[in-house]
Amino acid sequence: MARSRDPETKPKKGLSRRAFLSRGAGLAITAPIVTGTGLPAPQGAAADVKILGPEKVPITLRVNGKSHTLSVEPRVTLLDALRVNLDYTGAKKVCDRAVCGSCTVIMGGKAVYACSVLAVEAQGKDIVTVEGLSTTGKLHPIQQAFIEHDASQCGFCTSGFVVACKALLDKNPNPTMKQIEEGLAGNLCRCGTYTGIRQAVLTAAKTMKGGQTNA
Amino acid sequence: MPDYKWPEGTKRSLMGKHISRIDAPEKVTGKAKYTHDRKLPDMLYGRIVRCPYAHAKVVSIDTSVAEKMPGVKAVSIVQGPGKEIFWAGDEVVAIAATSEALACDAARAVKVEYEQLPHLVNEEDLSRAGDRAQKPEERTDGDPDKGFKEAEVVSEGLYGAPVITHCTLETHGSLTSWEAEDKLLAYISTQAISDVGAGFAQPLKLPAANVHVVQDHVGGAFGSKFAADRWDVEGAVLAKKAGKPVRMVLERDEEQVVAGARPSTFAKVKVAARKDGTLLAWETLSWGTGGLTGGGASPVPYVWRIPNRLKHYSVETNIGPARAWRAPNHPQACYITMCALDDLAAMIKMDPLDLFLKNIEMTAPRADLYKEELLKAAEMMDWKKKWHQRGDTSPGHLKKGMGLSIHTWGGRGHVSENRLTIYPDGSVSCELGSQDLGTGTRTVIAIVAAETLGLPVEGITVKIGDSKYPKSGGSGGSTTVGGVSASTRRASVDALSLLFQKVAPALGADPANLEAVGGKIQVKGDPGKSLTWKQACAKLGVTPVVATGKCIGGRDELTNQGVGGVQMAEVTVDIETGVVKIDKMVAVQDMGLVIDMTTAESQITGAITMGISYTLFEHKIMDEHLGRMVNPNMEFYKLAGIGDIPPIDVYIVTGKKQDDRGVIGLGEPPVISPGAAIANAVTNATGVRVPSLPLTPDRILAALEKKGGLS
Repeated sequence: MARSRDPETKPKKGLSRRAFLSRGAGLAITAPIVTGTGLPAPQGAAADVKILGPEKVPITLRVNGKSHTLSVEPRVTLLDALRVNLDYTGAKKVCDRAVCGSCTVIMGGKAVYACSVLAVEAQGKDIVTVEGLSTTGKLHPIQQAFIEHDASQCGFCTSGFVVACKALLDKNPNPTMKQIEEGLAGNLCRCGTYTGIRQAVLTAAKTMKGGQTNA
Repeated sequence: MPDYKWPEGTKRSLMGKHISRIDAPEKVTGKAKYTHDRKLPDMLYGRIVRCPYAHAKVVSIDTSVAEKMPGVKAVSIVQGPGKEIFWAGDEVVAIAATSEALACDAARAVKVEYEQLPHLVNEEDLSRAGDRAQKPEERTDGDPDKGFKEAEVVSEGLYGAPVITHCTLETHGSLTSWEAEDKLLAYISTQAISDVGAGFAQPLKLPAANVHVVQDHVGGAFGSKFAADRWDVEGAVLAKKAGKPVRMVLERDEEQVVAGARPSTFAKVKVAARKDGTLLAWETLSWGTGGLTGGGASPVPYVWRIPNRLKHYSVETNIGPARAWRAPNHPQACYITMCALDDLAAMIKMDPLDLFLKNIEMTAPRADLYKEELLKAAEMMDWKKKWHQRGDTSPGHLKKGMGLSIHTWGGRGHVSENRLTIYPDGSVSCELGSQDLGTGTRTVIAIVAAETLGLPVEGITVKIGDSKYPKSGGSGGSTTVGGVSASTRRASVDALSLLFQKVAPALGADPANLEAVGGKIQVKGDPGKSLTWKQACAKLGVTPVVATGKCIGGRDELTNQGVGGVQMAEVTVDIETGVVKIDKMVAVQDMGLVIDMTTAESQITGAITMGISYTLFEHKIMDEHLGRMVNPNMEFYKLAGIGDIPPIDVYIVTGKKQDDRGVIGLGEPPVISPGAAIANAVTNATGVRVPSLPLTPDRILAALEKKGGLS
């Protein structure tokens, strides 16, 4: 479940995730050291890569259709930018290392762990959070189905599951139970709402095929 | 004297039905605010410097570099030079800075010198506990010696449930703000709104009344969030020093290390019986730990009243301190007892269901109910058709097996007070200093008030999660539903009676002759004479009706205690890989009068899911040499995922007999049996007993190898 490392979401030029991480914030590391790790040297590293930080930098994030300009240190994750700077608190910080899925948001059409994406690299992509699923004030069929099947208890994992279900159904509107289990394998719940979630996805899939979707 | 008793089954329009939890819309839209989501202007971020050693003395602390770092606003020494530290991860220095990252940077710059001392972090091998094993606790019930003398068979075994963590998804923490010199506002992730303030008041030398506690939602608690913890108090100390609010929220690794451990129990058991399965006597040698304070004896033998003798060693270890974990001591006791009985049954080649039924009188005082539940579960599981003698002898590497277990719990309602207000516009509010852990507390309050007032659930506004509301107990021991439903029932009956007095003249009737049904106030026996709820409330003029209802706890007649339940598991074990797949779980549970069937069923499926998790995956693994937890995260501290959970068939015993008992809590009972039921199914499949949970592939393969390889 390396959702956040989908090669298609990697920028073609400018700041790549690997280049950024291999340098650390505000620190330029020369090519031989990168090569020494056994990784291929980034293409045209010296010329193309823009070094950011460690001080705050201005960035623009497009969240739920709205553009926000904010100022963050380059080490700030998308999750912290959403929660701390923009007050989208639906996505939760739980494991903080891409295991539990409570921070799941959709970025560029794919579900990602927002705790493991840097805010600076989320620029230029459409980001959808749980708050973006019911912007018209009407519940999304997935949210409706979660209520119907009592698929939340404490609710702390719920936002992540709802968004992961959205990404799953966007990709596969007619999933089998096995595909539901695989699609949601990157999300964890402690209260034990999985049985309700499985039913909720089936119900939501049915409703959405009926054309009642609003997102 | 008003009649508070619960309405008869035929007169209930809401209670016992499937009703959606009322706070679900907030949760599925991400609008529900948790402590983690709270913010205040100029808020600082707290960070704790923790001791890396399991046992050490603080020699010196140098915070000078940290104090000068950017964004750092306050530093507090929690345990200074000379202090002895008893577990890795204990608090030493607290820091507040303008961002989480800056607080972490500063924490890394604090230099602490320690003198390391000897530690013990593992207790599974009692012979290595040395002087850390206390003088044993010993007790005898009945005459076990007589039973052992008469025995035709004696089964012996070793069984254990290790230390596990709570792993609440919302880590422990708080946001504290000084509203005045001696007044503290605390947003805290808690399961005890009305009580947790005292944990700030005492160390901060404040009157408890000056601590205002607020929490709308909590992201899991399971017994680990009753107290204000030292990090919370230190947050308030930093807030005072800096003159700004401080958010002190644990990181996942801290959560796993210091914020909750379920004590372990290991036991060597001997069970004596006749060849026909009659149980005669029992002997337990047990030990366990929950950290520095050791670990008390689990109630073994569990449920079964067999003449027995117990000797228990409490082992003091250098691990983060124990906290109550959903049904304290019961899952451990249940695992030991039901596995030992299963082994006895296998020894005499008896179906454990038959062994349980043969000795059912030993489950008194609820033997009849257990029998009914065992037979019901067997029918749901098709037990008699599927069960086979120990060890699946069919060819191939996939072995199937069946296991069962029974459990019990108390669950009487706690002390609770509800202030119910009926407003002239017809709206109704309930105010309680209670909390909803995801169990459905808000929903049951709304259902009871709506049922009593003849309104739909949406007609009730439930206000909980604030210590300014009337006091209600902490959510522990499955006591919440009984407490809040009883206080709500009384408040609703009393408020309605006050409303009847105001309305009676308009209907030309005696107030005692009115009833509230279907959104109307009407004359009994003459429903044509009625007012709608809104018309009736308008008669109040400008003065709302306010009534306070109480649950007195212990002797309260609307609530009761003592439930039973049966669970059965069907599993497939791959004896080449050691991987267990659970194919089906069945749960039969009694719980007195059911208020909301939807959230009741969810408590059971949820508890079984949590049970599958601790049975197959969970273990707080301590490194013997470093003295530290090696899996303080969620990638190596495994929780069950959606694909690990089989279909779970739930049957809740209902009917007049259950209704007449009153309301009894359910949060804990169904989490008790999964360990034993699943382990017995695995043993039935493989033919070998894995002594200690979790049933990880390596343990299963090791047990198979010990038997002499794959069968």
